Amino acid sequence: MIAEIGHYALILALAMALVQAAAPPLGARLRDPGLMALARPAAAAQFFFISAALGCLMHAFVVSDFSVVTVTDNSHSAKPLLYKFTGTWGNHEGSMLLWVWILAVYGAAVAAFGRNLPPTFRAWVLGVQALIGLGFLVFVIATSNPFLRLDPAPADGRDLNPLLQDPGLAFHPPLLYLGYVGLSMAFAFAVAALIEGRVDAAWARWVRPWTLLSWCALTAGIALGSWWAYYELGWGGFWFWDPVENASFMPWLMATALLHTSIVAEKRDALKSWTVLLAILGFSLSLLGTFLVRSGVLTSVHSFASDPARGIYILIFLVIVIGGSLMLYAWRAPGMRAGGSFRPLSREGSLLANNLLLAVGCATVFIGTLYPLILDALAGTKVSVGPPFFESTFVPLMIPLLLVMAAGPLMAWKRAGPGAVLRRLALSLLAAAAVAAAVAASGGGPWGAILGMALAGWVAAGVLMELAERVRLFRVPLAESARRALGLPRAAWAMSIAHLGVAVLVVGTVGAGNWQSEREQTMHPGDTVALAGYDFALLGVGDVPGPNYLARRGTVGVSRDGEEVALLLPERRHYPVQDTWTTEAAIHTTWLADLYVVVGEDAPGGGTAIRIHHNPLVPWIWIGALVMVAGGAVSLSDRRHRVGAPARRRPAQAVAAAGTGD
Amino acid sequence: MADESTRAPAEEPAAAKPVSALRRLRYLVPVFLFVALAAALGVQLLTGEPGKVPSALIDKPVPEFALPPVQGFEDAGGFASADLGQGEVALVNVFASWCGPCRVEHPLLMALAEAGTVPLYGINYKDTPADAERWLGRLGNPYRLMGADLDGRAAIEWGVYGVPETFVVDGAGRIRHRHIGVLSRHDIDETIVPLIEDLRE
Repeated sequence: MIAEIGHYALILALAMALVQAAAPPLGARLRDPGLMALARPAAAAQFFFISAALGCLMHAFVVSDFSVVTVTDNSHSAKPLLYKFTGTWGNHEGSMLLWVWILAVYGAAVAAFGRNLPPTFRAWVLGVQALIGLGFLVFVIATSNPFLRLDPAPADGRDLNPLLQDPGLAFHPPLLYLGYVGLSMAFAFAVAALIEGRVDAAWARWVRPWTLLSWCALTAGIALGSWWAYYELGWGGFWFWDPVENASFMPWLMATALLHTSIVAEKRDALKSWTVLLAILGFSLSLLGTFLVRSGVLTSVHSFASDPARGIYILIFLVIVIGGSLMLYAWRAPGMRAGGSFRPLSREGSLLANNLLLAVGCATVFIGTLYPLILDALAGTKVSVGPPFFESTFVPLMIPLLLVMAAGPLMAWKRAGPGAVLRRLALSLLAAAAVAAAVAASGGGPWGAILGMALAGWVAAGVLMELAERVRLFRVPLAESARRALGLPRAAWAMSIAHLGVAVLVVGTVGAGNWQSEREQTMHPGDTVALAGYDFALLGVGDVPGPNYLARRGTVGVSRDGEEVALLLPERRHYPVQDTWTTEAAIHTTWLADLYVVVGEDAPGGGTAIRIHHNPLVPWIWIGALVMVAGGAVSLSDRRHRVGAPARRRPAQAVAAAGTGD
Repeated sequence: MADESTRAPAEEPAAAKPVSALRRLRYLVPVFLFVALAAALGVQLLTGEPGKVPSALIDKPVPEFALPPVQGFEDAGGFASADLGQGEVALVNVFASWCGPCRVEHPLLMALAEAGTVPLYGINYKDTPADAERWLGRLGNPYRLMGADLDGRAAIEWGVYGVPETFVVDGAGRIRHRHIGVLSRHDIDETIVPLIEDLRE
């Protein structure tokens, strides 16, 4: 019964989406406030019905209703409650429902908080939003219905993939989708702006909070996913350039570019058509990512083709949404008026460089991810592109990006004097040289590692210099500087924090790429292995039962110069329902490095395979990502997003430039 | 985008100037690119029958190739098509040190080699010689013979589209089975070993 209620709620939501997609845009065309006003109740009702559907599916998972196919295929009665709950989106059907629910949340948020948007503009935004929701609801109901019944119901389910039974991955999809779907807001704003023919400073300010929110969620989601891969997959790596990872990384690159270019659009009224294009491309890549990963076309050609109806629907939907919006762009963007001009050496110029590098970086990831697929379609030949491709194409692009990151904020708008910029960069140069010398002196590493660390120093020093300039440190009394620091807009702090986060992230990735050491060997209880100055003693190996698995747990004592440092308990878990093993690495972090121990199989001649990694600086990867998210959050709290400031130049049109839905 | 910067600040009223055809064309570039992508995906969707990919080489003789040895393992010599099909069933495994999943299946390959179930041959795909040497030195070498496929040409001949991949080659040198991705204990016990036993009979 409850599954049927969920199914019915989905159909009602579809009807609401139809109303919301048709009435408000029609109202905007006819200047009919009544029709436009329909958007709000329709969005609220859509949110309500999809929430109900999601609730029904969760209920089916939590009570283990095995008469529902999705539950049978992806759950088991012995599974811990948390994973029954999060198992709701640990499968294709449920994750699509989660997607459309988050879309409804955003839609309802615009309807509720977007009162300060001009009415016709808001009508178009909500109409576009509903159109996307419509596409997804039809997809869910027609091809991926999570509420299909099974008769007779089996006694128990087939369980969730044990790899997904992990707290990190349980909350990874909602965060990632919050980011993916958040880009639909930027997309809807861009399409509405193209239709209405208005892209101005006020528009850029409206889009910004949505982009920021989605960027924060994407950053956090990607970081969580990579952390999960680090401790769960058990080989010490954190990023594998795997198609699934790339699918989330590409929208992130576009969202990052969009965040930066929207500053130029807002402050200088320039790069407007490019900003709009980025908004469209960002969401297009989210869609492509969602579908390509979901449909499995990248991981295996077979599962995609195994359900042609799904694949063809996806393709038609992508053509309508992406192709349609790009056509609209091609039609309306050429007529857009250009704003303020600028010299190459200026704040705008550096932001443009940032955009070009991010866009080219995104293109290389795109090619590396889709090339095997496309070549296969065109020529029937197979090639594979692994990390070597990305390391030789994407990574070099990040070097100039980091160079610009320190220099750009030190430049004036419109036109910067080369002398002044160089003078301000002196500290960065000094820091980079000092870091490089320190790294080379303390054991060194490949030149790439020295360069990477120097770049991190360069960025960090640039950030500090920029802050010092803003508060006129040492040029006015300290108390005055402190007063100025407190008075800085949150957006300024946000930039500094986020850029510092990047520097920290770079330190972590350089450490991960260059100074890891590891040993793997068969150990008997009592054996000791030395690595990186630590002694790892295997104290014992035993079986420990879990709720729905049996763990083979090693007990490893870590000591340094005879002093105990940590007791690590790595596990290999056997999940009998799916007959699969998972590894749970045990990690002790000293903040400067991770000591990472994995227990392997028992060797035929006795003893157990134990792998030990020493991963210097690796914890800083995630600390850096967290700092970046914190920067985004600070920017999101800037009062300009709530209050808004008068738009430049065309005050008559910008009366409504007051805050959006944050 | 850059054009906006080079033109004078536009103070003329909006849409007053007709937009030249050439300028319009430039804005169509994203559409063209997308159409090409959609077409490629469509072709893939309509022609990509399930099972077509693995079957292309099934029951065909192994492709011609001759690979130099992997650095540090020169004594054993390289690996070439002539080494297969000498009347013995064999596994050919494509691996790389940069490939995370390869590490997962590596202990299984070691166990297979130690148990002497079947001779293993390795194609080291697009690897840095020093990395491959370190990897094999650290984790062990399960292969009877190995070849370094530095530019990935041999892997293309085999139709490999990702590492790891594993092929079962019969005594006459024909490919009889292809496994894409990580081998699990289950795959080995349920598929690979029974097939090898069948082929030996």
